This record gives sequence, C-alpha cells and structure tokens, in this order.
Amino acid sequence: MSHCKQEGKDRIIFVTKEDHETPSNAELIADDPNDPYEDQGLILPNGEINWNCPCLGGMASGPCGSQFKEAFSCFHYSKEEVKGSECIDQFRGMQECMQKFPELYPQEEDKESSPEAESESGSAPADDSASPSQNDSLPSSAVASEGVPPTDPQSAS
Amino acid sequence: MLKCRTVWKKLAPLARASSTVCRQNVRRAGLNNGRIPTSVPTAHMSSGPAGGGGDNLKYALLVGLAGIGGLTYAIITVKGDQKRYEKRIAEIESRPSKATTDVQPKAPAVEASEPEEAVPEPEPEAAPSPEEPSPPAEVAAPGADVEAVAHDAEVAASSQTTEPPPAADSTPASAKVPSHAPYLLIGGGTASFAAARSIRARDPGATVLIVTDEPDLPYMRPPLSKELWFSDDPSVTETLRFKQWNGKERSIYFQPPSFYVKPEEFDSAENGGVAVLTSKKVVHMDVRGNKVKLDDNTEISYDKCLIATGGIPRNLQVVERAGEEVMKRTTLFRKIEDFKSLEKVSRNINSITIIGGGFLGSELACALGRRSTESGLEVIQMFPEKGNMGKVLPEYLSNWTTEKVKREGVKVISEALVKSVKYKDDKLEIHLKDGRLVKTDHIVAAVGLEPNVDLAKSAGLEVDSDFGGYRVNAELQARSNIWVAGDAACFYDIRLGRRRVEHHDHAVVSGRLAGENMTGASKPYWHQSMFWSDLGPDVGYEAIGIVDSSLPTVGVFAKATAKDTPKAATEKSGTGIRSESETEDTATSAVASATPAPAVEHKDDYGKGVIFYVRDKVVVGIILWNVFNRMPIARKIIKDGEEHADLNEVAKLFNIHED
Repeated sequence: MSHCKQEGKDRIIFVTKEDHETPSNAELIADDPNDPYEDQGLILPNGEINWNCPCLGGMASGPCGSQFKEAFSCFHYSKEEVKGSECIDQFRGMQECMQKFPELYPQEEDKESSPEAESESGSAPADDSASPSQNDSLPSSAVASEGVPPTDPQSAS
Repeated sequence: MLKCRTVWKKLAPLARASSTVCRQNVRRAGLNNGRIPTSVPTAHMSSGPAGGGGDNLKYALLVGLAGIGGLTYAIITVKGDQKRYEKRIAEIESRPSKATTDVQPKAPAVEASEPEEAVPEPEPEAAPSPEEPSPPAEVAAPGADVEAVAHDAEVAASSQTTEPPPAADSTPASAKVPSHAPYLLIGGGTASFAAARSIRARDPGATVLIVTDEPDLPYMRPPLSKELWFSDDPSVTETLRFKQWNGKERSIYFQPPSFYVKPEEFDSAENGGVAVLTSKKVVHMDVRGNKVKLDDNTEISYDKCLIATGGIPRNLQVVERAGEEVMKRTTLFRKIEDFKSLEKVSRNINSITIIGGGFLGSELACALGRRSTESGLEVIQMFPEKGNMGKVLPEYLSNWTTEKVKREGVKVISEALVKSVKYKDDKLEIHLKDGRLVKTDHIVAAVGLEPNVDLAKSAGLEVDSDFGGYRVNAELQARSNIWVAGDAACFYDIRLGRRRVEHHDHAVVSGRLAGENMTGASKPYWHQSMFWSDLGPDVGYEAIGIVDSSLPTVGVFAKATAKDTPKAATEKSGTGIRSESETEDTATSAVASATPAPAVEHKDDYGKGVIFYVRDKVVVGIILWNVFNRMPIARKIIKDGEEHADLNEVAKLFNIHED
C-alpha cells in the first residue's frame, strides 16, 4: 500500500509495485506528427532526409559530408529492386573521402555502428525522438568495404 | 611653463606681432597641437634677452624661420601618414591572397615608415629630429596603423631587433585570419560546435568560422568535473580521454583536429567546412557594418553571426579582497587549464576546500573525495544552504544527498557563510560568520557563472536584468543576423517563460536551434533540454525543465535495487553520456562491468523515484531519481503543460519499478 507524508510544501509518496500496476489515468495530449516545431526524426514528414538528425552524428557535416549526403540521398530515393544498386559510385566516392580522414572515420572491417558513431561523431549529444534502429544500418553501410548497402526497412519510402 | 609665460610677457609687443604670423602658419598646416606656439618662445629664450628696436627684425626673422620649419614638418608628417595608411590598407587587402611569408607583410610597413622615423636596421637612432620617434606614436593614425606604429617606435627605440622577429610578432596570426565569414560563431564551446554542425548539415558547402579566446578546439565540459577524475590513466591531463562506464574511451574534444579546415584554407575550401581560430578574442562588434574586430585589430565581416560566449566563473568577494597569496591558492573551475592545474595541485597538498554546494561544487567534491581514499587528501565542502544541491532538490532529498556526499569522503560544512579568508603560516584560514574556522591549503570556488556579455555594449544588444545574459526572443535571435545560444542566452521559452539555462544539453539544443535558424528555419525553442548529475556511483539523476527547490514538489518513490544506479543505466544503454542514450541508442552486446554496484540500503527509502516540480498546478520540472532512459516521457509531460489532478497517476507512466 502506498503511503505518503508531507514535509512543508513537499509531498512524498511511497509506492509499491502493486500500487502502480493499474494503468495510469493521466491524460497526455496526442502528438501532431507534422508539428513544425518538433525535432524531426531521420525522415521528415515530406519524405526528405533530415540531415540535422542527431542520429546521424556528424556524418552530414564533416569533411566528407557532401559525399555522404550524395550517397545516402541516392540510396534513399532509389527505386531499384536492389535498393541503392545504382549508387555504387557515390558510395565509392564517400569511402574514398573517408579514407583520407582515418581519425574521423576509422576503417575497420565488421565495424559495429556504435564505435564509429562514437569516435566519428564525437558529437555534442542531443535528445531526439529519432527511431534508434535507423542509426545502426547507416554507418555500417557507409563503411561497408564494397558492394550494395543492406536494405534499410525504415528508410524505405 | 612659467618660464615660457614670463618670457612671453616680456616679449609681449614682439610676440603680438610674430604671433599673427604663427597663427597663420598653424592654420595653413592644419595642425593645432600646441607644439608650434611653444617652440617659438623657446627659440627666443635661446637667442638671448630682448634688445632694442634693431632686434625686432632679428626676432621677426627667427619667428618666420621657425614658423616655416614647423609648417614643413607638419606637411611631411601628414603626407607620410597618408602614404603609410594607404600602404597599410593595400597590405591588409592583399593579405588573404598572399602566400604567407612573415617578412613580406612587414616590408611595406617598414618602407612606409622610413620617411617618418628610424628604421631598425639601416638607420638606427639617426633620426632626422629628436622629436620624431614620439610624434608617430602620438599622431592620430588610422586604427590599423596605431599598433604597427607603436610597435615600430618600440623597435626603433630598442634598435637591436632584426627584421624577422618583429615581423613574426606583429603580423603572422592576422595573415591567417579570413576577412569574411558567411557564418561567424563567436565562442568555441558546446553551443558553438552544435550550431556549426547544424549549419553544415543544412547548408551544403557552408563555411563556418569559430573564433574562440581559448587555445583549445571545441570540447565538452561535463567530463572535466566527472569522468576525467575517475580515470586510471596517469597521463589523463594530457590526453583528456576518459573511459565511459561502457568501457569505451573517448576524448573530450568533439572532433579531432583533422575534422576542421585550417583558417588559411577557409576561403578556398571546396565543400566548405568549419575552421577554428583559437586564442583570439572578439572585442568589438559593429552590427550596422556586420563585422567584428578581434583583439589583434583584424576585422572579420559576416553574413550571420552567433554569439556563444558562455561565461566566466564567479568569485567570492571575500576571496578577491583577501590578497594575492589567497588568490594564488584559489581555483575558479571551468576550462581545461583549470582542470589541469587543479589536478596537479590536488596531488601536492593535504587539504582542499570547495566553496559552493551546487552541481559543480558537489561533483568536484565527490571526485576529489574519491581520490582522498588513496592520497589522504582532506576534502572539505562548504556552502550556505542546508544540504548539497539545496537550491535544486527538496529539503528531504538534499539532506539525503548530503549524507551520500559525506560517504564519498567529503567533510561537508553546511550553513556556512564565509566572512573572510587569510593566508597565515602557509595555510589558508577561512573564517565563517558563525565563528567556525577552517584551515586548508587550496580553495576551489564554485559559486556560479557570470554570463559573458562583453559585446553587448559595442553591438547595442540588450542584456537581461533578471537572469543576466543577452536577451533574445523565442527563436534565439537578438537582432537580424545575430543569434545567441548556450549559457549566455536569456531566451523566451514558450512553455516555461523567460529563462537562462547553464547546462550542457541546453547548449547543444540551443546551439542546434540557432544553427537551424541561421539557415532559415525560424523555429522557436521547443525541444526541452535536460541535465543530469551523478554524485558517486549510487546517486544519479536526470532532470528537465525548471527544477527549483522553492517550488512545491511531489515525489513518488519506490525501493531501489542494485540495478538502479547510474553505472547500470549507462552500461545497459551502451553509451557514456546519458543525454546521448536517447538519440544514439546503439545496440551493443552486454558490456562487462567490473563489479556490480553495491546494494543500496538506507533508512529513508529515496532509492529511486520521480519528483514533480509544480507551478500554478502545472508540472514545470521533473527529476528522474535513479530512474533512467525515461526522459521522453518527462519531456512530454512538460510540453503538454496540463494540470494533472493526481500526480501519482502521472508517476505511473514512468514505470519506476521496472528497470
């Protein structure tokens, strides 16, 4: 059973697990997905890519930013059967650029997205409502040594 | 002076006649510096006492000659100045395109100064007249000249310096400064970096110039009072790398130097980039002309400008009045150099006292307290409130926190008001108003931040009288083309009202927003920033909104288990900095942790829970106490701004009993 006490203007309530089992009757206002004020996720409501998404880390703003944007845009808008298969050149260009900055874009095989996002982005962290899984496939596809990037169900339009 | 007057009186009749000649000369020369009239009586003095009528002619001649001499000199000065001014302007204009050789920029300056004054090498001291070295310094030269002139005058006087070193002193840095930046960011901290990133993401090929008075590239501050102190690496003060709870190491610098474009290549960078000018301070801002002036007198014009100058740590008046010996042993903690020096100092002393019970003071106390177990360092923390974080946490929680801080090895002296500080017998004596005396070796003052509004005057920007900082609107704009972000921005928060926030995540959020608005977004401050603090491994909290202990609060608590600690939270989410865990949630395999966190047991069960801060029946602030990864829910509640009848029901949304 919960009990509570009052210390001056401050109220303290102790609750057990059972006390909180019943669903909350607190009402929250429904979110408007097209709210222009809100921070957007990776894909904007109009279908475009939000280059400023914190989930991208610093990929779109670094020295290889323009190559990254080209490659990823091509992939995003690709309507081929194997998505992004026509974007080999852009990805190659991006990879070449990244090889010039090994400090920023560490070149490792079997890279997990996290170390790359960490060391490359080294970013000022920020809150965001972006769906986290989108981050995983991007950097790993970016650093994939060759070939077509894996399909990303999230970014499929 | 008197001599002149008496002589003048004697020669009054003659003087009257000659003075008209003089006045005409002066008018023609256009110089009225009073030197010419005084040279006249001197000439008279040296020629002997006044004589009879025949001497009148002599005097008239002398006066005439002196007048002509003065006139000639004046004309030469003005002409020379003009020449030098033109040469200097030409030189400044040609600088960005010139390949930088240090000697070259100096050469025109030297040439221009030849007619005027002694050139260092060829003709030292063989100056035309004894008056010349001083006039160049005094004559009103155009701004850019003054520095070179004064410098030249010094060089002439010393006459032993060779050309290259003076050249190296006066011009090299300015040769690298771009003259125009489409995006100019003043200040090189977190807000500035976040804005740079935002601009680059949204404006393809943008060139962004960051100007900072620190010698370091942009870095993050939280580890300076937290993780860096827990590092096992003895060279941490050099590497500035820290190991996060998940085992991954990273540097406090946002990006390594290779990320940035060099200032010399700023104009020519193909795809744009971010360049950082370090150790340069912006001292003047010309809003009408859209340009700023640096402390070395170079000017940079801009299209859009961000002011992210942060602040300077406040000091205690009693410490400032206490004299040099005390000031030498006092640290105001904010920058990398402060961390380095405090780290070094803390190894060599027996006792250290931290004055201030807020975030910084408590974090430093805990960090040093932890060290004290190995080194035997006595760590004292004193503050006027009743408990740690007394201005943030409700009293019961503040007291609880204070007990935790004491457990970290800190001697906490609460309700302590410092009356005076003295240096005696190689110790600092801190006298408190209630009579207590504390003897210590070093003081760290963590008593707040003074926002840096140095540019407000020259730029004509408004400063807020309640919160300090530049007053900006909800879109962080001060004037057209000028935005302010970070600690220095007093902005209008649509939900919570006008405020100024001094937290890391706010710097990120506001910097990003400013960058977006600088590239045309016109978005108000809407995404609420959060902050966090850890006080040892057992107590950690995340907070959002207005968290002021003077507001009524409602706290809902559950019993904590060993899994509810900050360490466990970051291990689980795989990130080091907690605000990152929401955005860059990266799936990692479970990370090996050294030892499980000790079970949390206390009499008052404030192990974990959520605390609501209420203003006019609306929740304006929330603290998640040892409850992690639920910030989006808290943010939503604040954003809604609804009146909730039963906050326990709202607390249910957080699932505090779950992990």
